[in-house]
Amino acid sequence: MENPVVDQGIIKRQLKGFVGFSNLPRQVHNKSIKKGFQFTVMVVGESGLGKSTLINTLFNTSIFPNKEVKELTTETPKTVDIQTITADIEENGVKLKLTIIDTPGFGDYVNNENSWQPILENIEARFDAYLEQENRVNRKRLIDTRVHACIYFIPPTGHCLRPIDIEFMSRLHHRVNLIPVIAKSDILSDEEIKDFKARILEDIAYHNIQIYQPPIYDNDDAETIQENKEIILSMPFCVVGSDKPFKVGNKNVRGRKYPWGIIEVDNPDHCDFVKLRQMLIRTHMEELKEYTNEVLYEKYRSQKLISSEVADSSDALNPLSQLDEERKKHELKMKKMEAEMKAVFDQKVHEKETKLKQSEDDLLTKYKEMKEKLELDRINLQERRRQAERGGRPGTPEKKGRKFFK
Amino acid sequence: MESGQQSPVIVQQAPESKKVALTGYVGFDTITRQIEKKLLKRGFTLNIMVVGQSGLGKSTMVNTLFASHLLDTKATQKASDPIRQTTEINTVSHIIEENGVRLRLSITDTPGFGDQINNENCWESIIKYIKDQYATYLRKELTPNRERRIADTRVHAVLYFIPPTGHSLKPIDIIVLKKLSDICNVIPVIAKSDSLTVEERIAFKKRIKEELAFHGIQLYPYDDVDTDDYSITEADRAEKALNQEMRELIPFAVVGSERNVVVDGKAVRGRKTRWGLVNIEDETHCEFPQLRNFLTRTHLQDLIETTGIVHYETFRTKQLVALKESTMSHSR
Repeated sequence: MENPVVDQGIIKRQLKGFVGFSNLPRQVHNKSIKKGFQFTVMVVGESGLGKSTLINTLFNTSIFPNKEVKELTTETPKTVDIQTITADIEENGVKLKLTIIDTPGFGDYVNNENSWQPILENIEARFDAYLEQENRVNRKRLIDTRVHACIYFIPPTGHCLRPIDIEFMSRLHHRVNLIPVIAKSDILSDEEIKDFKARILEDIAYHNIQIYQPPIYDNDDAETIQENKEIILSMPFCVVGSDKPFKVGNKNVRGRKYPWGIIEVDNPDHCDFVKLRQMLIRTHMEELKEYTNEVLYEKYRSQKLISSEVADSSDALNPLSQLDEERKKHELKMKKMEAEMKAVFDQKVHEKETKLKQSEDDLLTKYKEMKEKLELDRINLQERRRQAERGGRPGTPEKKGRKFFK
Repeated sequence: MESGQQSPVIVQQAPESKKVALTGYVGFDTITRQIEKKLLKRGFTLNIMVVGQSGLGKSTMVNTLFASHLLDTKATQKASDPIRQTTEINTVSHIIEENGVRLRLSITDTPGFGDQINNENCWESIIKYIKDQYATYLRKELTPNRERRIADTRVHAVLYFIPPTGHSLKPIDIIVLKKLSDICNVIPVIAKSDSLTVEERIAFKKRIKEELAFHGIQLYPYDDVDTDDYSITEADRAEKALNQEMRELIPFAVVGSERNVVVDGKAVRGRKTRWGLVNIEDETHCEFPQLRNFLTRTHLQDLIETTGIVHYETFRTKQLVALKESTMSHSR
């Protein structure tokens, strides 16, 4: 029997039979798999902190090739470079287009002022590109190149955050999901890790830096909530990266072999790599993308549009005027194409004409030549005929010759 | 009959000496013991400076080297403290004694070095400090009534800590190493080297040596400082061989620790992590024993002497020439 429960104006009804919309998640799943996923991660940190190795370890594939030995030189480069690598990886039929943005040169120079600037500009440029795509009239294909997460590598000093760390994180935390990790943490002991993490969190709170916090939903099951809480407590993660396998006992593990022991990357007792991977890939990838889209991007968008509105208010906010503009643009484009095609056509015609004229001239000359030749031949022949007539018997003007040969 | 000019005989060189055999025991071989007694009474002075970014284990390394708590090792700044804008110079002095030998040890720490975002000229205060010590000594030497024993505050060795990136030296390392090696003995060490596996360590050292050679950086021990002309003895050959060995080893890949861990039932100094135990006394784990022996057991006296003979003299020559030139230009 129906038993409506009135709850905030929404009447919850009980179903009388099986409808089948519980199949919805599966439909979404199938659709997403067909579409494929994209994920963009940025790695920032000084050279030698194991960024490339960690990415290779996270995705179980060598996205970054081995570092080549740099030439010995007295020249010193001055700026931070931005390098993007895209990889298409597939697992169990699910395709992932993974983009990693590397920032070599960050923090490596004597003077690192404004080393955060190219990075921030890159992130904002990606937001701009997306904003522009969103504002187009034809939005069929939206390519999302926005940065979904930024992993910041902290060197394992064991003391506190350095000025460059604080500066970078303060400048970028409102534009990207910041995930700080303690790099090369295999040199820290348990106690040192605990103290270091506490001190880092203290510094972060003191400078009002917002790092990414995985959200906890009320209607998650207890296990997930517990997992999320553990993850939050372990941040910042102390990680170790390695793509070399070793034999420990009788199983193959990824790790680093020292004279005093082997540290296993995938062992949660040895380091927090497993938690980082869990958060980044297995559970919170969608969360990170959602947060980037709904919060960070929206903030950027409103800031940008408000400031541009203040600058020139008659700009393309009205969709009709946008439509007009697009139409005009399109027409212009068409006209240009037409003009181009006409020019090409004209040129081709001109070429053909010249060619034909050329061959006409050629033919004329040939004809003249042939005619001349023929003339010559004719004269020749006439000459020979005359000669022949003269020589054979005397020609008609000398008719008296005939009587002698009776 | 000989009324030649009497040219004054000025002995320019020491008269040639011949080796003479003794016919009995004289006893001057006890001079070494007499010197030793005097030196023991006087005591020795060693001044060391540690240079490197914060968090590389400089204070721990000093404490480990001299097996005593000389410097504080915790982060000295709180979150609310303002960031240091310049490299500070902090010197602490201790007197440590071992088997009747008294050593007056001065450690100069350089907090703030390389820690700021813009590190240009962060090495200036360090260079200035070293030169100031030379200048003080020179002034004391030049005064008419000088003290019998001038207190030696000159820096005898600078331990430069290289962060264990495993790739190559950073631009700031190259600049500072070059400037420092021109004015004093520099011993580079790879800090916190337990973050490098053996292969990484070997590759890193090779790369560092290449870079040092490429930039023309001369490190202690130097070749043939003492070119006195006495015959090459067995001891000299051994010393040369040792120096060569040390040169191969530099930069030392070290790990420091003040705490003890238990290895095979014995308590040794080491580091215990969740997955392994580093024994710093073990030569296969790190090169701390080699550094300690180099610094304290074999080359201690040589470091002090080289500072006096080579670096101080270079400074003194430059200063006196400059002084002479300035007085000459004044007198014009």
